[in-house]
Amino acid sequence: MIADFFTITVLVGILTSGIRLATPYLFAAIGETFSQRSGVLNLGVEGQMLLGAFAAFYVSYITGNLWLAVLVAIVVGALMGLIMAFVSVNLQAQQGISGIGFYLFGLGASDLLFQKLVGTVKIANSFSPVYIPVLSEIPGLGEIIFQQNVLVYVAFALVPVAWFVLNRTTLGLKIHAAGENPAAADSLGVSIAGVRYFTIILGGILSALAGASLSIAQSNVFQQGMTSGIGFIAVALVYFGGWRPWGVLGGALLFSMVNALQLWIQVKGVGIPSDIAVMMPYVLTILVLVASVSRVRGPSALTKPFEREN
Amino acid sequence: MKNAVRLFALLAILVMALGACTPAATPTAAPEPTKAPEVAATEAPAPTDVPVEPEGPFRVAVVMPSAINDMAFSQSIYDALVRIQEEMGGPDKFEIVYSEGMFNVDDAAAAIRDYASQGFDLVIAHGSQYGSSLQEIAPDFPETSFAWGTTVDTFGQPNIFAYEAAADQGGYVNGVLAASLTKSSTIGVVGPIETGDAKLYVDGFKAGVAATNPAITVNVNYIGSFSDVALAAEAANTHIAAGADVMTGTAQMVVGAIGKADEAGALWFGTQSNQTSLAPKIVVASQVYHWEVVLSQMIELIQAGTLGGQSFSINLENGGEVIEYNPDYAVPAEVQALAETTIKGIIDGSIKTK
Repeated sequence: MIADFFTITVLVGILTSGIRLATPYLFAAIGETFSQRSGVLNLGVEGQMLLGAFAAFYVSYITGNLWLAVLVAIVVGALMGLIMAFVSVNLQAQQGISGIGFYLFGLGASDLLFQKLVGTVKIANSFSPVYIPVLSEIPGLGEIIFQQNVLVYVAFALVPVAWFVLNRTTLGLKIHAAGENPAAADSLGVSIAGVRYFTIILGGILSALAGASLSIAQSNVFQQGMTSGIGFIAVALVYFGGWRPWGVLGGALLFSMVNALQLWIQVKGVGIPSDIAVMMPYVLTILVLVASVSRVRGPSALTKPFEREN
Repeated sequence: MKNAVRLFALLAILVMALGACTPAATPTAAPEPTKAPEVAATEAPAPTDVPVEPEGPFRVAVVMPSAINDMAFSQSIYDALVRIQEEMGGPDKFEIVYSEGMFNVDDAAAAIRDYASQGFDLVIAHGSQYGSSLQEIAPDFPETSFAWGTTVDTFGQPNIFAYEAAADQGGYVNGVLAASLTKSSTIGVVGPIETGDAKLYVDGFKAGVAATNPAITVNVNYIGSFSDVALAAEAANTHIAAGADVMTGTAQMVVGAIGKADEAGALWFGTQSNQTSLAPKIVVASQVYHWEVVLSQMIELIQAGTLGGQSFSINLENGGEVIEYNPDYAVPAEVQALAETTIKGIIDGSIKTK
C-alpha cells in the first residue's frame, strides 16, 4: 500500500500543494520576524490577515482587478500596522493584550463589512497560475515550483530579501539594535520609534498580503474567520525559525508539506484514520520545535516598550 | 503626545461608531465585544420581563456555530426559521433572534442561558458540540423549551427536543447522480471532521456511488477543520490532481472547495443548504435541509404544553430533506429518472443507505 502511494503524480502533487499552502504562512511569519526582531510582538496577525483577506476579496469581487485588490490589501494592512505601532510604541501598551485586541477587531470588522457589503459567500476573480517560460517545462520540478500563482513567487522571493535586509543593511542593523538593546541604540542616534513603526507597518502589510493570498489566490472566496488560526501558527513559526527568514521558510515548508502529505494520504486511501492524519503537521511541528528551541535566543527587548530616559 | 492622545480618542470613537452601525440589536448582552452576534431578524422588540402572553409572537432564539449565510449548516436552520416566519404571518407572529459565529462553546453557552432567561419560547442550540452545556442549562429553566441537534439525545429531560438529519439519504441520492455523471470514474469528497452529520453524509454518498457503479473510485479527505476555507480549497486541488471530475463535500468550509471546482470545471453536489447560487455553472444538485418540517411539529407541541422529551429526524420521506436541482444545469432525463427511483426506493425501504 505504501509503495503504491509514492508515485510520481502523488509526489509532485504533495510538493505542489505544500508550496502553495506555505505561502500565507511565509508572508505573515516574515512580517512577524521583522517586528519581533525590532522588539515588538504582534499577536494581531490573524486580525490583520482577515481584514486583508476581506479587502482583497471585496475589491476583486467588485472590480475584478486583482492588482488593485492587492494594493488595497496593502493599504489596509499598513493602516492596521500604523494603529498597532501607535498603540505599542507611543502608548506603550502591553503587547500580548493589545495584539489580541487587534485580532478581535479584525475578526469582528471583517465579519461586519462582509455582512454589510457582500452578504453571502460569493466567488470572485482570483490569481491563476503563471507558467514561468522554459522553467515550467522541466518535468516534475516545473510543475512544483514554476506553475504557481504570482503571490506564491512573491512570498518565496521575500525570504532572501528579508535575510538580506536584516543581515546586510544598515536598516537591518538598526532593527537588530532596537530589538536587542534599544537604550544603547538610542544613545547612538537610532530612532527606536522610527524603526519600530517601520517594522510594525511592514508586518501589517505582509499579514494583509497573507490574507489576500488566501482569498484571491489560494481560494477565490471569503468567509468569516477563514484564516482559521493561520496567523497564530505564523507567530509560532517565527519562534520555530529562530527569528531568521531561512528558519521561518524551513518551518513553513515543513508544516505545509506534512499538511499536503496528509491530504494525499487520505485521498489515496492509505489506511490511516483521518483524525490521525490531520494531526500530523501539528505533532511534527511541535516535535521539531521541542528539539530545536533551546539553541536559539530571541531578541532581548522583545515585548518591552522603549521609553527614553532624559 | 497631546496630539497622540487626541488621535487615539478619535480612533476609539470611530470604532464605537462602527459598532453602532450594526443592525438593531436585541436586548441581550453580546458575549463577544467586538462582534455583533445578536442581530434581530425582525425589529427589535421592547424589552420584556413579563412571561409571554398568548397573543404575543412565538419567540425563537437560535445559537449556531457559523454564519447565517454560510451556505451550509447554520444557514440551513436560519432559512428554515425564516420559512416558518413567512408561513405564520411575519415577525408579528413569529420572532427570530440569533447568535452566529459561536464556534466557542463557552460563548454559545452564555448566549443560550441569556436567551432562556429572557423568556424565549424556544431556544435552539444548533450544534452537537453544545450538548453538554445545554444539559446543564435546561434544568434551570423548566418553563423554557430547548432544541438541539444534530442528535437523538434529549438527555431524558422534559424540556429538551432533539433533532437530526438522515444525511446519508440525500448523500446516497447525490452519490447515485454523481456516479452517473462522472466521466473520469473518479470522485472527490471534502469533509470537515470524520464524525456526526458529515460522516453520515459521506458514507451515504459513497454507498450511492458504489451501488450505481462499483468501479468508480471515491477519494475522501477530511481536513480536520470546519473553518479552514483555504485548506478545503487545497483538498479540492488534490482531488482534481488525482483525476476527479465530480466533487462533493459537507460543512461550511467547503465553499473554498466549490470555488476551486468552479475554476476547474468539475461538477459539484451540495448538502445542508442549496449551494447553486455560489457556482451556478457547476452545481448539479443539493440536498437541502428543511428543518421547518420538524420545527413546526415542535412549535405545535410547545403551544399544546409539551416542552420537550422527543427526538425528531428529517429525511426524504417526511420532506425534511429535498434534492434541489440547479435549474441551469441540464441533468440527462434518464439520470434524473434514476434519482427519482432511488428516492422512492429509500422512502419505501427497499434501498438501504447505510
